Parts: sequence; C-alpha cells; structure tokens
Amino acid sequence: MTTGTPIAPALPALGVRRVAAGAGAVAALGVAAALSLALGARGIAPGVVLDALLHPVAGDADHIVVRELRVPRTLIGIAAGAAFGVAGALIQGITRNPIADPGLLGLNAGAALAVVVAISAFGITSPGGQVWFAVAGTAVAAAFVAAVATGGRSGATPARVALAGAAVAAAATSLTTLLLLGDLETLDRFRFWQVGSPAGRDLEALVVLLPALLAGFAAAAAAGRMLNVVALGDDLARSLGTRLGPARATCAGAVVLLCGAGTALAGPIAFVGLVTPHLAGRLTGPDQRWVLGCSAVLGAALLVGADVAGRLLAPPGEIEAGLVVAAIGAPVMIAVVRRRIAGRR
Amino acid sequence: MTGERPPARLSATGVRLAYDGTEVVRGADLELRAGEVVAVVGPNASGKSTLLRGMARLMRPTAGTVVLDGGDIRRRPTREVARMLGLLPQHPVAPEAITVAELVERGRHPHRGWLTAGRGDREAVASALEATGTADLAHRAVDTLSGGQRQRVWIAMALAQEPEVLLLDEPISFLDVAHQIDVLDLLAEVNARRGTTIAMVLHDLNLASRYAHRLAVVAGGRVIATGTPDEVLTLGVLREAFGLDARLMRCPVSGMPIVVPVGRFPGAPG
Repeated sequence: MTTGTPIAPALPALGVRRVAAGAGAVAALGVAAALSLALGARGIAPGVVLDALLHPVAGDADHIVVRELRVPRTLIGIAAGAAFGVAGALIQGITRNPIADPGLLGLNAGAALAVVVAISAFGITSPGGQVWFAVAGTAVAAAFVAAVATGGRSGATPARVALAGAAVAAAATSLTTLLLLGDLETLDRFRFWQVGSPAGRDLEALVVLLPALLAGFAAAAAAGRMLNVVALGDDLARSLGTRLGPARATCAGAVVLLCGAGTALAGPIAFVGLVTPHLAGRLTGPDQRWVLGCSAVLGAALLVGADVAGRLLAPPGEIEAGLVVAAIGAPVMIAVVRRRIAGRR
Repeated sequence: MTGERPPARLSATGVRLAYDGTEVVRGADLELRAGEVVAVVGPNASGKSTLLRGMARLMRPTAGTVVLDGGDIRRRPTREVARMLGLLPQHPVAPEAITVAELVERGRHPHRGWLTAGRGDREAVASALEATGTADLAHRAVDTLSGGQRQRVWIAMALAQEPEVLLLDEPISFLDVAHQIDVLDLLAEVNARRGTTIAMVLHDLNLASRYAHRLAVVAGGRVIATGTPDEVLTLGVLREAFGLDARLMRCPVSGMPIVVPVGRFPGAPG
C-alpha cells in the first residue's frame, strides 16, 4: 500500500458530515417534541408544562392536558413518524425507486380498507382492535403489489412496482368508498382516522404495537448494508453475494410491520415516507445505513413538527398533521421528479 | 499460454439459459483456465452476455452445470462464490452523489461480516484505486466523471472485491477508441500482475485478438469455436458466426490476426 493514497483523510471528513447531520436531525426532533408539549389550543406556560411532566398534581386541568393529551400525541407522532420514515427509506432502497412510498404503493389504502371492514363488518371501534386490521391490510396490499410487480423477465422494475402500487391503491380505495357509501355511521368514524393525525389516539395502541415497531426497526437496521449493494443494481448485488429473494422478503416484512403499525397509530399519513429519505440522503450521503437511521429521526421530527404546525395555523381549530405533511410533501415530490428528469438530459 | 495447460477455474458444460421460456443459450460449453484472458465474441443476440450471466450464477440454467474450482456453483454459498468470482455488468448503476472511494469500497461486501469491517478492506480499496489510476479521483462524485474514468472506477470496484475470476460484459462498448485501449491495457495489467482470470464480452474482433489469450465465438446460443486468435479467426468461423465475408491480415503492432470485412462497398465511396 502506498502512502500517497488520499482515502485515509477523506473518510473522517465524510464521518464529520454524517455525525453533524445526525446531530442536527436529533436537535430538530427535540425542538419539535418540546413545541408539541408546550403548544396547543390551551395556553400553558412552559414552566407549568415542565411541572406537569416532573411533578404532576392530580386534578390540575393544565397538568391533565399535558399528560393525557400532549404527551401521548407527541409519543405517537414520534413513533409513527419514525416508522413511516424508515419504511419509506426501505421501500426506496430495495426497489431503487425514488418515489416509492407506503402511500403511493397502495399500502395505506390497503390498511384503510381493512379498518373500514373492521368498523363496518365487525363493529370494532377501539384503536386497539383496529390496529391489527391495519397491519393485516398493509400486509395483504404489499403481497398484492409484490405478486403483480415481480415475475416477467425484467422483474420488479421501479415502473412496474409503481404501477402495481397505483393499481392496488385504486382497487382498495374504490372498495373502501363502496363500503362507506352505504354506511354513514362507519363513514363518520372512519373519516377522522383517514385524515391521519397523532392527535386523539390511544397511548394503549402504542404499547400494543411496540414489539411490531421494534421488530421492524431491527430488521431495517440489519438491512442497511445489504441495501448499499442493492443500490448498485440487481446483477452487481447478486454477484457481490447478496441473495435478493431473502433480502426483499426481509425488507417487505419490515415495511409491513412499520407501515402497518404507523398507520394503525396515526392513520394513513402519506408523504412522510416519501420525503424523509430524500432529506436524509441529502444530509448524510448515499450510505443506506445512515439514510435509514437519519430517516427514523427526521420522520419523527417531520410528523411531530407538522402536528405542531397544524395546531398553530388555524386557531382555535386544528389542521390534521396528515394534511400539513401532504402540503409539504407534494412540492417535494414534484421537485424530486423534476430533478431526476433534468439529471437524465 | 504455452506449455502445460493450466487448470480450469470456471467452466460451463452443456448450459442452457432461458428468459421467460425463450431459450437464449442452447447448450454452451466454455472453460476459463487459471490466469488467462478470454474474449467472448459473436453477433448481437447470440447469447454472449446471457452465457456470462449464467456463469456468474445470476441465472439458473435449465440444463447443464457451471463449475467453479471443481464445485457446482449453485451448491456453494453465494458469499463464498462472491469472494472468488466477480461480474461487472454492462450498465452498472452508481447511486446518486456517491464518491469514488465509497463506490469502490462497496466491492468489499462479500468479505464483510454483519457489523465488522472485513480484514484488509482499506488495503484492498487503496490498491484497487492505485491499480486503476483512480486514486486522485477518490473524493469525486461518480456522476461527475467522464465515461472512461467511470469505467475505470467500476473496474476498481470489481478489483476491491478481489475476485480470482472476473467476468466483464462489454466493458468498452461505449468508450472512444483511446479509452477502449486504456481499459483493455488496464485489464491486461490486472491479469498480468494479479493473475486474475478474465473473461469479457467484446465486439471488436481485432481488439479481442490482441488482448485475449483465447477467443470463444458464440453464435445461436452455442460456443461454436474456442482457441487462440490464430485458431479461431478464420474465414470459415467468421462466415459461420457473423455471415461475414472478410480478409485476414497481421496486426502491425501485436502480430496477431486482424479481420478486415469486405462488405458490399469495398471501394472508397464516390
């Protein structure tokens, strides 16, 4: 080995950039979470919020609002945001499709259909019961997309995956509409769930779903190194010793767990999974391990931040976080597509 | 390649390969011997690239076997195979904004464990960059490089994998003539210095004749001729494989045979 090789000093520079990006993401999440605890329709002084967290007084109205409403809402926002962010990074990584997203692939539509079935056919109204329908609906939709997109000589190309996702989304959405049209009572219950918001959800659901979330995050953490090789194309990935079948199955399983749990927690929120990995990639570079980790933190920050923004934009009412995220996400998606087109010229 | 015949490293025997039921390789035999450079030549759609993919275990043969160092390639753990056998596809994809050093480092994948960096990663990456003359580019983004530089970087990635057998699918097809020579010189150097066994799909018969120890001519999904350039580049083989009427000469630089096609307009235009 020659001494003139410049890799040695370069890798630390990349490391510094990544650590800075990670620290920035954590700081953003900290700020978003603090604001989520401090701000809301009821004006509560920061000191009182701290008191409510550290020295709660039973019966104090302010303390009840903080502990029973804002804390669950913040925790659920963090969990669901991280789940969507990591799920998006996984989907984009394994399909090499920069616009893949749980929403665009029909997974959320599958979850929504399952929840409507749960409400209308089985009369299940508790979030704890709906959770499992959401997870199952996500899994069935994912299986459909995989079955339609794979096979054939070219296999699951980005275009085929996107088309299959669109088809599944359209089919699930029309079935959902069909069910809801004849059933006003279900429509009423479903409407709130569908918009997507960490507010008014049950912390119980988070406890129930924690194992699913942790399993999903663990699978994602294990997949990072393999995704780095998958990014080079299927042929190179396989010639570098990756078995694509098990790799795809691991990612699909993790995505179903994370999307299903995230959707069950906060409703079918699109765009967090789409936007977050792009942001993470911009900040940390193309190493998928960093993209995944950063996507977890940024996804949480984005959803909690959107939830806070939704509280401030239209007082005394609120705009659901799902709508705020979509308002941010749509332009980002257009920018991504435009940049890709420009890059091809 | 004189004297005793070196042992086979990678060999395909009676291999048939199909896409969606359409058979592209119809019973091909090809043997790569230790330390040699083999050029796989043949007309378009003859099955050259498919044969290479089959030999790199990227496709499952419908019949026949591919053997690496005496063992059926499909029965061996894929990571173990990946430490010995590399394939550079025709159009590899570089992730957006990836630097040369990072890309080359990904070639180390089969040598690494779940958490730990593999032994000798740094040395292998450095020596791959050195060997391909890309050390100066280590921090450049791959998307900003020229076609010739990029191909060197991809070869560096393949070298970081430290394969003993390296297959390349049309490594020079989209390069200008100077960069074609540059890449082939580089591969010849890799073969000479590291003893890497190389098989590459080439279209230019004259470059194949000059840079390969042996040629394998693929036509209609079969290997119809193998041997030294002198043995293979005959008027009969050229007619059979390409339907081409040609004359043969000696290359003034290498002394190897070169092919001059006759075509329908042998005179200067006008």
